[in-house]
Amino acid sequence: MRLERSTIDKHGSGSAILIPEEPEDMWHAYNLIQPHDHLRARAMRNVKKESSTGTVTSKPIKLDLTISVISTDFDIGSGQLHVAGRVAVENEHVKLGSHHTLDLELNRRFTLIKGVDSKGGIWDSVALEMLREACETERKAELWAVVMGEGTANICIITEHQTIVRQRVEVAVPRKRRGGIDGHDKGMEKFFSTTLSTLLRHMENAKSTQQDTEKTTPLLLASPGFVAQAFQSYIKAEATRTMNKTLLALVPTILVAHSSTHHVHALKEVLSSPAIMSKLSDTKFARETALMDKLTTLIRQDDGRAWYGPREVERAVDKGAVGRGGGVLLLSNALFRAQDVGERKRWVKLVDKVRDVEGGEVRVLSSLHESGKRLEGLGNVAAILTFPIEDLDEEDEEVVNHAASGEEMVI
Amino acid sequence: MEESPSVKSKDLNVAEEFEKSGMKRMANFVVIGHVDHGKSTLMGRLLFDLNVIDQRSIDKLRKEAETIGKSSFALAWVMDQTSEERNRGVTVDIATNHFETEKTRFTILDAPGHKDFIPNMIAGASQADFAVLVIDASINSFESGLRGQTKEHALLVRSLGVQRLIVAVNKMDTISWSQSRFEEISQAMSTFLTTANFSSKGITFVPCAGLTGENVVRKVQTSDASWYTGPSLIEALDASEPGKRHIEKPLRLTISDVFKGGVIAPISISGRIEAGSVQVGDAILAMPANETATVKMIEVENKPVDWAIAGQIPTLHLTDIDPIHLRSGDIVCTPKDPVKLINTFTCKILAFEHVLPSSVDVFRGRLHTEGKISALLARLDKATGEIVKKKPRVVKPGEVSRVTVVLEKELPLEVGTRVVLREGGNTVAAGLLEG
Repeated sequence: MRLERSTIDKHGSGSAILIPEEPEDMWHAYNLIQPHDHLRARAMRNVKKESSTGTVTSKPIKLDLTISVISTDFDIGSGQLHVAGRVAVENEHVKLGSHHTLDLELNRRFTLIKGVDSKGGIWDSVALEMLREACETERKAELWAVVMGEGTANICIITEHQTIVRQRVEVAVPRKRRGGIDGHDKGMEKFFSTTLSTLLRHMENAKSTQQDTEKTTPLLLASPGFVAQAFQSYIKAEATRTMNKTLLALVPTILVAHSSTHHVHALKEVLSSPAIMSKLSDTKFARETALMDKLTTLIRQDDGRAWYGPREVERAVDKGAVGRGGGVLLLSNALFRAQDVGERKRWVKLVDKVRDVEGGEVRVLSSLHESGKRLEGLGNVAAILTFPIEDLDEEDEEVVNHAASGEEMVI
Repeated sequence: MEESPSVKSKDLNVAEEFEKSGMKRMANFVVIGHVDHGKSTLMGRLLFDLNVIDQRSIDKLRKEAETIGKSSFALAWVMDQTSEERNRGVTVDIATNHFETEKTRFTILDAPGHKDFIPNMIAGASQADFAVLVIDASINSFESGLRGQTKEHALLVRSLGVQRLIVAVNKMDTISWSQSRFEEISQAMSTFLTTANFSSKGITFVPCAGLTGENVVRKVQTSDASWYTGPSLIEALDASEPGKRHIEKPLRLTISDVFKGGVIAPISISGRIEAGSVQVGDAILAMPANETATVKMIEVENKPVDWAIAGQIPTLHLTDIDPIHLRSGDIVCTPKDPVKLINTFTCKILAFEHVLPSSVDVFRGRLHTEGKISALLARLDKATGEIVKKKPRVVKPGEVSRVTVVLEKELPLEVGTRVVLREGGNTVAAGLLEG
């Protein structure tokens, strides 16, 4: 994402002009745009005109519209972002208060204004951090991954902030039976060819939206047992047989790893294995996975040094346990997409307190990554404490798990 | 207009037919144990000595095995048939085979021992009446197995409802039938198995040697083994009481394989009937696809029959259904009393590892799906089942608790079903579905 101009003052109100450049930027935009913010972008709108004779003609015209956001809708698969709202600045064609849904597009600038509506949010510390992260220009890590088992493959793309399942391939592979071995081998052959052609199609699609078409994104194959190795040899054989250029370029980038199942969440073990870690060392994904691992290990020890759940964490922060010297606060960015502004403020306050007052570390995990999903299971927020506190969960009888069910599910 | 049924039903009363037929009792057993402890070889030996496999086939396998320098694998290749299994020398998937003794007809389910293929092992164990746990008696092998899959498999079959266990202490020939070693292993295993809720009555220890065939079918001859007077493996198998059959209940069959049976049978399924019965001409309902099909032919142990009942593992040749509606792990039931699809359930679990709310793989026989433990509801007392602590933060190994599980998609699951929860290649807990 490119930040063209920003006029954000020290109270957190102002505007930012942004140009999304790659599909992932839509995800950032989705996280930045809050209800009651003002958003200005180029729009198509059918405008009715009454001629002097009384006939009404409707004509689509292009115009810049500013809307006050009511809701956002993000389609993960296609990376499209639709923002619904009411027109906030009147012009000659459109009346104030009429509804419009803006579709944000790649390479088309939009302006996001916060702090104009008293009901809405401002450019708080979390929003500014997100903006900074979104506009980082350095080349981002990207990886295709196929998590597979006999007959099932999940084709995903892992980027800095997202893990998106592009497609799930399922081919019925007959099991071994007396005298029926052919069926199994044929089935595997068919499964491999379907998976490979599907994968190539998705790679082609992804390339068409990229500027840098020469770059080959590495491919990670993971499976229990030997399926991934077998698939790697299949790709190699296909590459030499067909002399397909894309395929030949792909072969040297293949990494093979072990996973315990063919499910997408098995990616977390793959990406935390030392061999893969060293190749991906500094991706956000790898860092977050390591952190989640540390957290769960500490929770398992059950000695009061790690807590999860909104109330428990807030209490721990109040007691000053998430501070300098190892205190880590982990939050899912789903919390900051809360429709309720008060809810968002609650978490921003917590973040500010830990980072600025206590001196602890704050990590906002992407809810589209496996690590974020693991955190979602724990109620979207967790903390590693500097000193153990017991019984933070006392007098805590009602369920505080609304976040896990209210948040939209991916895949 | 209603189509006339393509297959005519004989409208048999299967329960009565079964009584009349005076059929030998049937039992399915799963062979479990750590990788490379000789499960497949032992079963190959069993089949060979019982003349299920003829000398010619064994000679052929032996020759093939020698050509790639693995002559000791010949017997295992009776069970391990895919090229991958043979090249790598490990079992990948369940192998099914049949044999009979004077009293009983047995179905062998030879499970893979390798850690990665535990899903397949669970699929096999869920079809079994009892289990044969194979242990390598040689130095260090037993010990490393006990840390590995010997332990995990034993815990799994127990939580899948298997109560009877035959422990085959294998490779006795390599330690010259040492009595002290056999007793040492029996002792260690007894202690472990009783803590895993097996009753000592249900466990039998049998020393044997799969590669040479001593004490498998024929009694051991060497003087080293004169101390042993107990049963041979086949005698121990014969002494096992098969589990109760729920013939009167509505039909439930878990599909373990879908394949093309041949020109006359374009779509076939196989799997164990958990309850009820099925006969030629019956209409069946495949869940979760919710599609009906008609049973055209039934085969049990590769022979055509008119009906099959609970406990058997038949092959059903079907018509009037598209293969895409059938997948391994699906449930076949009667349209009159279908299984309900659910995506959220509470279950009582016995934890093997620490349990936190997190994503898990949920296993039920061949069924294998993504899900997550969304809430830990309560920690329960192990003996009485009463609530000890509400909403525990973490469940420790060995504790019993009640949790809510949310599945990624709706699946046919019923109250009383046994499920296994795994995470990252480890079995986290085994549970009983409560609703």
